[in-house]
Amino acid sequence: MTVLAVDVEKQLGAFKLTVNFRAAGGITALFGPSGAGKTSLVNMIAGLLTPDRGRITLDDTVVFDAAQRIDVPPHRRRIGYVFQEGRLFPHLSVRQNLDYGRRMSGRPRDGSEFERIAALLGITHLLNRRPRMLSGGERQRVAIGRALLMRPRLLLLDEPLASLDSGHKGEILPYLVRLRDEAAIPMVYVSHTATEVRRLATTVVRLDQGRVAETGGLELLAGTELEALD
Amino acid sequence: MFDLSVAEWTALELSLRIAVVATAWALPFAVAVGWLLARKSFWGKTILDGLVHLPLVLPPVVTGYLLLIWFGRKGPIGVFLHDYFGIVFAFRWTGAALAAAVMGFPLMVRPIRLALESIDRRLEDAAATLGASSILVFFTITLPLALPGIIAGVLLCFARALGEFGATITFVSNIPGETQTISAAIYTFLQIPDGDAAAARMVVIAIVLALVALVGAEWLSRRATTRFHGG
Repeated sequence: MTVLAVDVEKQLGAFKLTVNFRAAGGITALFGPSGAGKTSLVNMIAGLLTPDRGRITLDDTVVFDAAQRIDVPPHRRRIGYVFQEGRLFPHLSVRQNLDYGRRMSGRPRDGSEFERIAALLGITHLLNRRPRMLSGGERQRVAIGRALLMRPRLLLLDEPLASLDSGHKGEILPYLVRLRDEAAIPMVYVSHTATEVRRLATTVVRLDQGRVAETGGLELLAGTELEALD
Repeated sequence: MFDLSVAEWTALELSLRIAVVATAWALPFAVAVGWLLARKSFWGKTILDGLVHLPLVLPPVVTGYLLLIWFGRKGPIGVFLHDYFGIVFAFRWTGAALAAAVMGFPLMVRPIRLALESIDRRLEDAAATLGASSILVFFTITLPLALPGIIAGVLLCFARALGEFGATITFVSNIPGETQTISAAIYTFLQIPDGDAAAARMVVIAIVLALVALVGAEWLSRRATTRFHGG
């Protein structure tokens, strides 16, 4: 079943992004070298960047359609987004960061959901800390928890491990695997690292120079023996 | 020396009331103008920027005179406010508060604008993806992150308002119990023979007030900073 259908065009300076792909449940990896337009693409899915042309649908609802002049603002898309640099709110504690999405939607507190996700990500002991007091890996786990607790229809992860050293990368990967297997939330995972994609992805969309080069399963990674493409 | 006369207590109380009211009224406008200047580009932005800073550069007497012309009993804005809202500025303490607010405004806008400019906009994007509308983003992310700048602006404006003299005396005169602040009272005492002792007492009050304000300011801004950097 298709969860996300993207067919967009965007001119970014001299660079042109023309992308058409579909994602079902599980983890869809947007895989490609730096500068392939991966971040711009997820920003368009989240609603932070407006495509010039095209259409984006999520669970049979149109979130963007240039021809029909539909452009649902990011706060109404219910698309979770884990940024490369975490982007935790520095003036809020970990607990308040995690709780932010629920507060904004006005949903009543659900203690068991909160506990379950905090435990899943191993951040229960960090709840009263400020983001500044966290390590890079802890920060990314909190960012993942924060996005999950807003109950997203889709979770975007933009190179969530890129800012971490290799030790901390290894610390996060198992959590992402558990997330894929335990939480029934479809994910789009942006990466330029073949090893990460190999561990996580169910579908691979390979991007190159603003275009989809190929779409398929993990066999697309067969040729990429290198750890990273760039 | 510190059995203050009724007139002296009145001047002290008036100065504080005027400075507090002026700062409180200026704050929402300063946040709005600071936000416009920091975030928006629009026609006339340079003019707005210039207008806001004008009281900083103009002789206070000129500002006071302009206030008198516009907000006085016969001034266009003064007449309008009196007829529709029953608000009178001329020769009232409210006029002194208006003068103090106008004089303190540029000092308040500047740090607020700088604070808003230095905020990482990507945090606001993150808040939007978590379901916060623009208004909620502003009140839950932008404003709290700009808090150190807002506190700095409030303190500068308050200090300016407390010491305001030129624009106030031009606009609302120097009426004991209504518009005679500490500054105006010192000025008055210095004009009369044997007024030196009274003036000296007011000077001490002014110094104590300034010290208290400074210590309070330091404490407030420390609290605001530890919220971000501390545990």
